Amino acid sequence: MADTTAPEPTRRDFLYIATGGVAAVGAAMTAWPFIDQMNPSSAVLALASIEADISPVQLGQQVVFNWRGHPLFVRRRTPQEIATAKAVPLSDLIDPVARNANLPDNAPATDENRVATGDANHTGKEEWLVVVGVCTHLGCTPTVSTPQSPQGEYGGWLCHCHGSQYDVAGRVRHGPAPQNLAVPPWTFLSPTKIKVG
Amino acid sequence: MMTMKVLTLAFAALVATSASALAAEDLSQPQEPIKQSWSWDGPFGMYDRAQLQRGFQVYKEVCSACHSLNLVSFNDLSYENGGTGMFSAAQVKAIAAGYKVPAGPDEKGNTTDENGNPLMRPGIPADHFPAPFANEEAARAANGGALPPDQSLLVKAREGGPDYVYSIVVGDGTKPPHGFKVIEGKYYDPYFPGRNISMPPPLTNDSVTYSDGTKATLDQEARDITAFLTWAAEPKLEDRHRLGFGVMLFMLLLSGLLFLSYRKVWKDAH
Amino acid sequence: MSGPSTYVPKSGFARWMDSRLPLMRFAHDTIITFPTPKNLNFWYAFGAILAFMLGIQILTGIVLAMHYVANADLAFNSVEGIMRNINYGWLIRYMHANGASFFFIAVYIHMFRGLYYGSYKAPREVLWILGVILYLLMVATAFFGYVLPWGQMSFWGATVITNFFSALDQITPHWGSAIATWLWGGFAVGDATLNRFFSLHYLLPFVIAGVVALHIWALHVPGNNNPLGIDVKGPQDMLPFHPYYTVKDSFYVALFALVYLAFVFYAPNFFGNPDNYTPANPVVTPPDIVPEWYLLPYYAMLRSVPQKLLGVLVMAGSLLTLLFIPWLDTSKVRSTRFRPMMKQFFWFFVIDCAVLGYCGAQSADASLTLGSFALPLVWIARLATLYYFGFFWVIMPLLGIIERPKPLPTSISQPVLAAAE
Repeated sequence: MADTTAPEPTRRDFLYIATGGVAAVGAAMTAWPFIDQMNPSSAVLALASIEADISPVQLGQQVVFNWRGHPLFVRRRTPQEIATAKAVPLSDLIDPVARNANLPDNAPATDENRVATGDANHTGKEEWLVVVGVCTHLGCTPTVSTPQSPQGEYGGWLCHCHGSQYDVAGRVRHGPAPQNLAVPPWTFLSPTKIKVG
Repeated sequence: MMTMKVLTLAFAALVATSASALAAEDLSQPQEPIKQSWSWDGPFGMYDRAQLQRGFQVYKEVCSACHSLNLVSFNDLSYENGGTGMFSAAQVKAIAAGYKVPAGPDEKGNTTDENGNPLMRPGIPADHFPAPFANEEAARAANGGALPPDQSLLVKAREGGPDYVYSIVVGDGTKPPHGFKVIEGKYYDPYFPGRNISMPPPLTNDSVTYSDGTKATLDQEARDITAFLTWAAEPKLEDRHRLGFGVMLFMLLLSGLLFLSYRKVWKDAH
Repeated sequence: MSGPSTYVPKSGFARWMDSRLPLMRFAHDTIITFPTPKNLNFWYAFGAILAFMLGIQILTGIVLAMHYVANADLAFNSVEGIMRNINYGWLIRYMHANGASFFFIAVYIHMFRGLYYGSYKAPREVLWILGVILYLLMVATAFFGYVLPWGQMSFWGATVITNFFSALDQITPHWGSAIATWLWGGFAVGDATLNRFFSLHYLLPFVIAGVVALHIWALHVPGNNNPLGIDVKGPQDMLPFHPYYTVKDSFYVALFALVYLAFVFYAPNFFGNPDNYTPANPVVTPPDIVPEWYLLPYYAMLRSVPQKLLGVLVMAGSLLTLLFIPWLDTSKVRSTRFRPMMKQFFWFFVIDCAVLGYCGAQSADASLTLGSFALPLVWIARLATLYYFGFFWVIMPLLGIIERPKPLPTSISQPVLAAAE
């Protein structure tokens, strides 16, 4: 048994290595179903995309939908709000990137880019802002700011967990949050119906 | 020679009578289901997509009037988006939209409309098939006291599986043999336990008009609905057969290599 | 374990560790150098196969518990959700369900092998008793597990088995019913029952794993028995466990897994009962209720006795009998190979268990027709039950006294050498 001489590679060694190798490959392949079972199931994935009726949303109002387990803010902005958002120079922004899933990763965070949808032509729809209601700091849900009940200084949202503030284009303007509120992939199916995801 | 022939004939006649005596049916027991060959039989068996589409049509136009399909979602009908079914995602969306499913409360908290009917909304792919009756009591009341079973797992929940389901469908409403008394309000079905079934004969020739032009004979419809219900009960059968083949090949290879290693190791043991 | 350890730590860390927690030394001595009789045959591979199946069941079980909901309203649909929506859920659930059956196939072969070669005899009595305890734990775990899908068989199986305890009412009134009520957490099998059975089904496999460690410990102190049943005489009778038995066991494990996986992929419901694909309904009992195949012999014994308490006692007795085997067998010879009379009674006992299994699977009023003569199966089950007990309590003690065993070989290596010459 105890062989002190350095063994030559022989056919016998090859057989053992091949057997061990095949067994190891089998173990690795067996691992996959046991890992994949923790990924979202087909029942969860079937809800990855939702259609929302936006006809009840009044001007200046926000309606919250549930999308992939997160709140989805659909806000119909007033002309004054749009004008305020457009007036902000990019240099004032903490996060200069649009964070819009419908645009390239490096698109600048202009108001136009924040409301851009996946539709080929989205002009004239700029009153609709759709963002995921998850603070980019640590995941709390920000509170919407309205003229009757202002939250923070920027007219958009205030996150009560750690004081992050967002403007009416959902761009972070103050405090610990590093990024603008994410814009999900979305399109108009009709003037009153949108598809998100 | 002649006597031999007579003897043989007599013997044959005797065997024939005793065989027919044995064959005299016990009418209290159901007959064995009719053996059919199915496309998903055997280790390489797969479903036939066209047949599943026809079967779905039969379910939708006939069975779903009384039978629920609780465990199946519209998305399952798709061969896209993680489903294993027979339609494209776009077709599934249209199918789902054609169904009304219970909606949540409206913004005033109402769960019914002004006439007292529950609020409904069009289905989406993630919804499950809505049941034809609100509850078991309603189902029984509408079916003379009998409960139409949920069909999601019917094929796996019955001894005989697909053959049984097929046989029940074609056997329902056939003419009872002499001396068999069908209970009032029930139908004769030689394959059903007790042979009295509450379900009226569900299918006849041309119960549906197939969109793919297949002639809708009773046999064809019965085979198609059985295929659809088998898929509904075991939607992952094709994945199972495909993966199984690879696993079997792998295990043969591994066993072979282990056997050779075992022989080599033990060669010097004696 | 037997003899001084031959482990030599190879690195500085290994030496440091070895003087603090000698895990590597333990592993080395138990699975590398452990001296094993050189003549162990195919039937001795079932220990390794059982360890493999325990691993499969624990792994797939932990995964299933991530998706299963132990609630009477949701359990059935959660299992179907696993089958339909969870990625590879169908594979993992079919592996677990068929794994239970193959676990029992392996344990029965392992037990019959132990019986045949006299592996329960001194000095291996504790090893055998631990094995019986493992088997009882397996039965309990399998029973709890079968309840979880909350199908018709789950529900009515649980109802019938837990009602065994109500038989105790015939000894002290109300006590048995009180125990049954306590087990149910209600007045019948229900939500509370399902929840506690799930908890126990998750707990017991780890208890099994612990007892397996004791079982292996108790194996390594006296060492393996072998097909000749004689003690090893020295190093010429032995081989190190690695590589000889690691590779041999691996081959048989792979072969067993091949058959097991063939069922998982191509006949996954072969061992199942169609009624369990109908959700539990507390007001409708299915016409033929039967336990899982591995419990059918006990079920036949239970039904063969027309008195409730006696039936339960006979069934419990058939299991408890196994614990006394080391002392019921009075023969000086271990292996049945050298016991011509025992050999015949042994194989008749194997057939007897199969007959009991067959009777347990048939309906209670079934009979065997031979021409115009119909023999009720319950009478066959009664005879078979009689033989089951007779084999252990009468034949085993008597044979040791009246049987003349064949001459034993002097050592394990002797017949091997003789064959080589």
